[in-house]
Amino acid sequence: MKALKKLIDNKLKPHFEEGGKLKRFWVVFDSLDTFAFVPGHTTKSGTHIRDGIDMKRTMMMVIIAMIPCLLFGTWNIGHQYLLGIGEITSATPLMDMFWSKMGWGASRILPLLAVSYGVGLGIEFIFAGIRKHSINEGFLVSGMLIPLIMPADISLWMVGLATAFAVVIGKEVFGGTGMNILNVALTARAFLFFAYPTKISGNVWLMGNEGDTFIDGATGATAMGELANTIGIDANSPATEPIRSMFTDGSVYSFWNQFIGLEPGSIGETSALACLIGAAILLLVGIASWRVILSFFAGGFAMAFIFHTFAANDFMGVEPLHQLMMGGFFFGMVFMATDPVTAAQTNTGKLIYGFFGGLFSIMIRVFNPAYPEGVMMAILFMNVMAPMIDHYVIQSNIKKRLKRAAVAA
Amino acid sequence: MEYINILLKGIFIENMIFAYFLGMCSYLAVSKTVKTANGLGLAVIFVLLITIPLNYLLENYVLKEGALTWISEDYASMDLSFLSFIMFIAVIASIVQLVEMIVERFAPALYGALGIFLPLIAVNCSILGGALFMQQRQYDGIGEATTFAVGSGIGWWLAIVAIAAIREKIRYSHVPAPLRGLGITFIITGLMGIAFMSFMGIDF
Repeated sequence: MKALKKLIDNKLKPHFEEGGKLKRFWVVFDSLDTFAFVPGHTTKSGTHIRDGIDMKRTMMMVIIAMIPCLLFGTWNIGHQYLLGIGEITSATPLMDMFWSKMGWGASRILPLLAVSYGVGLGIEFIFAGIRKHSINEGFLVSGMLIPLIMPADISLWMVGLATAFAVVIGKEVFGGTGMNILNVALTARAFLFFAYPTKISGNVWLMGNEGDTFIDGATGATAMGELANTIGIDANSPATEPIRSMFTDGSVYSFWNQFIGLEPGSIGETSALACLIGAAILLLVGIASWRVILSFFAGGFAMAFIFHTFAANDFMGVEPLHQLMMGGFFFGMVFMATDPVTAAQTNTGKLIYGFFGGLFSIMIRVFNPAYPEGVMMAILFMNVMAPMIDHYVIQSNIKKRLKRAAVAA
Repeated sequence: MEYINILLKGIFIENMIFAYFLGMCSYLAVSKTVKTANGLGLAVIFVLLITIPLNYLLENYVLKEGALTWISEDYASMDLSFLSFIMFIAVIASIVQLVEMIVERFAPALYGALGIFLPLIAVNCSILGGALFMQQRQYDGIGEATTFAVGSGIGWWLAIVAIAAIREKIRYSHVPAPLRGLGITFIITGLMGIAFMSFMGIDF
């Protein structure tokens, strides 16, 4: 390994440095070099912890934390597909046909990952070349997040378009990693959501090959897509009984099924368990803020509890914890809300930011008939509000200290 | 309950800036720092709170068809609503002048804080927009109209303070030179519009 590093540093590097023949490819060389080896310099710009680890190592940690979600998502796409075509039933042991499920899932996910990384990093390379900064490592995480929050049947060109939009408008115009206002991956998803609403609305998320026939009743609707149908109907009315029965123990959307993630949904979001493993990793290495995660959970739980108490329709009537297991709440809480760039920066601010993020997630989901899921929009909204929260937290701190100083004097 | 609905609708769902893009000129021009943005936002709340109830009375007792029946039954077919634009703007301009004088006389500290923003509000489209929405939506009673005024004022304040905080934050960003200033502000406004769409479509 050492010999290899020496070879690269001594033989290859000079060609790319100032005056070398391949100078214009310096950014490409530099990013690949630091990707593989610990660089001899530290991060100089952007938001980052001034610590022994640099931004690239931080990003790698986040990617490692996402691997449980990725693997589970791969398996789950195959699982849902086989369920849909009637190859297996819900009574079949989960581990049956493990490899064919993984294979089917991988055939969907790998192209998505390739497009997301290809487009995103391509744009990063162009910008880095023109603007003379080094490649922004931030996209390593966004590029992984974008496929994970897409439905499995999304067209590849849409993912490419959304990634391009998010990277250019969401990040590069602000000066790259560490400067963006909105979470890049969520910007990509919001772009698709408003540009192609029928493709991502949560009702037809079952994809198959040309000519596959799905068994009766397999719609691929998400739990919240089903529940959205109950809005406007009184709770416990006979008309919504079929929907309610899907949420009882042993049915498709039971608490434990949703906790483990055996339901249709965006690729990485279905499993609360996988997200919790990710959260444990992020908290252990100190990258995610426990304040955001805890207060986000508290906010969501508080709102779900209030809804459960009033229960004007069946969507509101879902048990608080069950409500949180649904959809992308855990995924958003662990990987999106904790984004150190777009979250609030002050400690008190983080608590406020997280609490309202969770609160709005559940509120939008239940109240807004246009959106079956609210986590994405709630986090984007709190991203916008975060600088304001920080400002007022800092101002009140200044006031408090001035008062203390005045008393002391 | 109706009042809370109108208030929340005014703040989030029918936000003056992000749902109707009203009052954009001062929103873009005065959002460089949070302090001034806060001042202008408060002034907008203040003026809306006074002009909308006044215009409501004007609308219902002078301008609307049949509004003049309180003078005489003969006027029942009289419809002066073609005058509403000019009447509303006259009310707004004169009230702003009046408010300015009163504030200067009785609260010099507030007057100093608001500064030039108070007279500027006379030409802020969100104020006239608020009056016209009030006319169009036919609020039931002066209480609802006032609630609507407070709600849309707070919504406007929230929008301008939020963007001012963001602009203060991105002052340290490496924004491409041609986009600095207004360019990036327009992009931020668009992105904030996406975020505010979370509430669009909610119907209590």
